[in-house]
Amino acid sequence: MASNNAAGSIVQHEGTEEGENLKLFDSSRFAHVLGRFLVLASAVVFSSPTVQSQFSVYSKAANYSVAVVERNGTDYLGLLELLEPLGVVSARQNGDHWKLRYNDVESEFVMGQARTRIRGKDFNLPASFVLENGRGLVPILGLGTLLPQILGGPITLNLFGRRLFIGDVAIHFTAEVVNTEPAKLVMNFGNPVNPMIATEPGKLEMIFTHDPVVAPGSQTLTFDSKAIPSATFEESNGIAKLVVTTTVPAMASFSNDGRTITVTPASTPVLPAHAPPQTPPAVPATVPPAVASREPGAPVRQHVFAVIDPAHGGDERGAALTDQLQEKDVTLAFSRHLRELLGGRGLSAWLERDSDVTLSLDQRAAMSNASGAALYIAVHATSESNGVRLYTALLPSGGPNQGWFLDWDTAQTAFEGLSQITAASVTTELESKQVSVRNLSAPLRPLNNVVTAAFAIEIGPESDDITQLSSPEYQERLAEAVVSGVADVRDQLEARRK
Amino acid sequence: MIPRHLIIAVVVLGVMASGMSVYVWNMRGRVVRTEASTPNSQPVARPAAGPSEQVTLYVAYDEGGMLRPQAARIPLPSGRQERAEELLRALVDIYLGKSSPHVLGTGSEIRGVYLADPGLAVIDLNAAFANGHRSGVLVEELTLTSLVATLSANIPAITQVKILVDGKERESLAGHVDLTAFYDVARVNQLVTQLAAEP
Repeated sequence: MASNNAAGSIVQHEGTEEGENLKLFDSSRFAHVLGRFLVLASAVVFSSPTVQSQFSVYSKAANYSVAVVERNGTDYLGLLELLEPLGVVSARQNGDHWKLRYNDVESEFVMGQARTRIRGKDFNLPASFVLENGRGLVPILGLGTLLPQILGGPITLNLFGRRLFIGDVAIHFTAEVVNTEPAKLVMNFGNPVNPMIATEPGKLEMIFTHDPVVAPGSQTLTFDSKAIPSATFEESNGIAKLVVTTTVPAMASFSNDGRTITVTPASTPVLPAHAPPQTPPAVPATVPPAVASREPGAPVRQHVFAVIDPAHGGDERGAALTDQLQEKDVTLAFSRHLRELLGGRGLSAWLERDSDVTLSLDQRAAMSNASGAALYIAVHATSESNGVRLYTALLPSGGPNQGWFLDWDTAQTAFEGLSQITAASVTTELESKQVSVRNLSAPLRPLNNVVTAAFAIEIGPESDDITQLSSPEYQERLAEAVVSGVADVRDQLEARRK
Repeated sequence: MIPRHLIIAVVVLGVMASGMSVYVWNMRGRVVRTEASTPNSQPVARPAAGPSEQVTLYVAYDEGGMLRPQAARIPLPSGRQERAEELLRALVDIYLGKSSPHVLGTGSEIRGVYLADPGLAVIDLNAAFANGHRSGVLVEELTLTSLVATLSANIPAITQVKILVDGKERESLAGHVDLTAFYDVARVNQLVTQLAAEP
């Protein structure tokens, strides 16, 4: 059966809220979960871990994966499943004979025989055709013979990597290190790509599950850079993987509509220099867990109190507030004020971006979720002259949670109440400073993807003078009120995190 | 020796062919002149069809950042889907008018509304609608809420709404409000209540 998994569609459930009606801890649900756990535990105990064997197909019609099965020591694929996404296909079994019709092309296979007939011509498969419950299986090694005849066009088959390219669909890329300070690796792809990014000490992996990315001229690329010395392209089990070797913690950002990926050393959060000695137990992480390498022996989880997300950045400029003033610049400046003032109160804070880089909404949510922070604050800016607006998530329709995993679109659900309490506290503090403020819900990503208390603040000028937005005094005044509001509910936020 | 009647026949045919050529050439010139001299004066807007009915439009007001229900009489066809389209087009006409309370970009249009069971409505905006939309959380939220609330208030049994741009999914309307989601009408109606309150 063809599968088309949406990467990152679920997020691990890290906590529950006392006093809220969470089905997860209903007794019946608990029993159900316990039962599942026992079954899963049995499976783990009595079987060795296995990796699903798959074969990936890339075409102009669709990119998808098909499960690989082993018969008599040979890898086979279901031919019907392989062809279904590509055209009109049907099959009919008559005894040991299996007739396949793809668009107008007739093929005939016989159980246990290697000889097959396509378009009236005979061909030999490298292994016998297998017929199981009406399902026709052909050896992967025979696809190079079969498919050009059935599809009527050229294919490129990578047997080692289990990847099949139908027509001219391959995505090529170039990679070069730009020796700026710090050095960065810039990769330009022929078409937009959407790899899964994973980091480990010493390397950053880009895993292409549904992108027809192909190897550059050489499998291994070397760069004249100490921070990013090399990259290796690997293909196996229907997946392409680009492994970038790094000597420093690195992160990847996307730009040019997903055609460019830039790998840069991760920005190091700045700890408040004047943090009081009674700093709470939550020790700021030196780098966010999602993008950081961890020194051996270091604590497994070190949490910041708040993650601050300066919205937009890089190619994504946000609103043009004036001819010279971009939303992305105002959000960064205001976020830095927030970080400094939170630090002054002993509340460690970390910026998701501390420079002009592009981050996707999913990346922002993932970074926040991985940080284990008690609070997520997104910062926006507007030229509308109404003071400040605070937003909590307007949750969309989501899919069901799967056991311990939450639906990505509604991951915020369990924290909705705490988010509103926090926003209300900030509203009170802003009003006490005579700042016009409005508290609303909004369909504003990634608020709904964040698994902690979360709100967004949109700062606007108090009058028609838009330049007030870039005034440090005005920003500081607003930031002080926000930080006071957050500090007032600090205990609730910390309690929930524990 | 060529017979005399054949010579006469060839001459007559030649004269007729020449005459037809001159006639066709003149007719061609007349068509070109006619097309050039009569510009297309047909209205771009769709013709109103059906009797006028009273409906409730949820109109966004940038002044105060509010959403207010507003009664209007507009001609509505009988089909459920066509009614949905006319409703939203009437709403967009207000925003494109001279004294618009919530200005949309020039050329903003509703390409279509598709109703799918059970209770799903898909609103398809044109590219100019999204590309010309002002960027900001509240201004985008007002547009989205206005469309969803107007649709659900007048077309019964709509429980979810999805918004496309030029038939395709888009990440956000103008950099802020999410367009990848399916919106629960009940949730959006809570937001309508918030936006109807004086700030």
